Amino acid sequence: MTLKEKSKLMDAQMIKRTLMRISHEILERNKGTKDLAIIGIRCRGAYLAQRIAEFICEIDGQTKSVPVGILDITLYRDDLTMIASCPIVHSTKIEFDINDKKLVLVDDVLFSGRTIRCALDELVDLGRPKNIQLAVLVDRGHRELPIRADYVGKNVPTTLKESVEVRLHEVDNADEVVLMAQGKDKRK
Amino acid sequence: MNGWSKKDLLGLEELDKKEIELILETASSFKEISTREVKKVPTLRGKTIVLFFFEPSTRTRSSFELAAKRLSADTLSIATSSSSIVKGETLKDTFMNIEAMQVDVIILRHSASGAAHMLSKCIAPSVINAGDGCHEHPTQGLLDIFTIQEKIGSVKGLKVSIIGDILHSRVARSNIWGLNKLGAEVTVCGPKTLIPRDIEKMGVNVTTDLSKALKGADAINILRIQRERQKAGMFPSLREYALYFGVTKEKLDKFAKPDVLIMHPGPMNRGVEITPDVADSSYSVILEQVTNGIAVRMAVLYLVSQAGLQEQ
Repeated sequence: MTLKEKSKLMDAQMIKRTLMRISHEILERNKGTKDLAIIGIRCRGAYLAQRIAEFICEIDGQTKSVPVGILDITLYRDDLTMIASCPIVHSTKIEFDINDKKLVLVDDVLFSGRTIRCALDELVDLGRPKNIQLAVLVDRGHRELPIRADYVGKNVPTTLKESVEVRLHEVDNADEVVLMAQGKDKRK
Repeated sequence: MNGWSKKDLLGLEELDKKEIELILETASSFKEISTREVKKVPTLRGKTIVLFFFEPSTRTRSSFELAAKRLSADTLSIATSSSSIVKGETLKDTFMNIEAMQVDVIILRHSASGAAHMLSKCIAPSVINAGDGCHEHPTQGLLDIFTIQEKIGSVKGLKVSIIGDILHSRVARSNIWGLNKLGAEVTVCGPKTLIPRDIEKMGVNVTTDLSKALKGADAINILRIQRERQKAGMFPSLREYALYFGVTKEKLDKFAKPDVLIMHPGPMNRGVEITPDVADSSYSVILEQVTNGIAVRMAVLYLVSQAGLQEQ
């Protein structure tokens, strides 16, 4: 069964405003950028992390940028033994010491929570951060693990048959969030 | 699907360009893991990997074992001298017994060409060839190509010379297959007696003049003179070999490009095929080859064990 586009949840303008708001919240909660670092989960979380880091510098009027890292969680997946094809491994790029840092983990969609579990395991293997916070653009519910986000762009109630697709211009030539569902494409 | 479906890695002859590129790409992702403080990821947790080496080895064996351990697999190392092979058990029987212990991957080095191929047909676990006689040593070929790629960029169009005992070298064969598939121009050089007949058919240039092999080469892979396989008297003496085919600083300065890469699969016979001043020079990437070997073997272990799961 293929998924078709059902409705548009966010457009480019709204994504920008949402990320801006999350950046404000991050600064507020952490009282500035001291020891702060942003870690994006491949692949779309990495672009969101970069954008948030830029907003933070813009808001705070800082010339020194907030360090940004990229996490690839493939090797930590708990379903490697079950999925039919082996996923391509990309590299983790965190070129700073995460010990005693306040890390904000960024992903596009929060769903079962399993990706975040992998990311937490990997971060703990890389060092001992002071704390780890979670920022997501969309929370669609249906958690399978006791994980919640500290910063949420938009809460979207979904059914298990639906899915949420985040498209970013860095990879998809558009900035939008759409709800996908089985059946007819309403746009056509 | 990412394009990998083989449960075994027996040689580079059987792989196509895309598969080789996939291994190299995966390896570059794995390289970072060995630089971490905790050099371990949980990917192959619960998998059992058996290393069966019928020939001596330091590098390949420790490299495979570390690669497996950094992926959290359990490893079992068996040496021939302490196994029941000495009591006369056949290779096939030995491995059917190992298979009955529910292992997932077997890494085999054997002095007979084709040993890994034969084994892969008899048993279900993945088989990785860690060198079979004079045939292939695929992970060495891959790590050599990985090193060239990392140092120079794309392998396509590069000139690579392989110097030494081509006849007995599985490293040479794996390099030739792999480099040719990725579009490099390979030249082999050595005494006439150590160049196999019809090697041109593999798509390489052949020369017995070292200066020609050095001239214009982007990378030079110097092979070990395998003293254990030299009993037949393929050349008069080691001294004569060193004189004509030993790579020295003077010959490099005279004939080679100033930024040429010097590689050697190890173990080196210093003063025979390579002089110490070359081995320890700034041209030399010999120790980087060893570092890269772990990343390449991690990539291979990851890919074959995932493909092994699909088949079950």
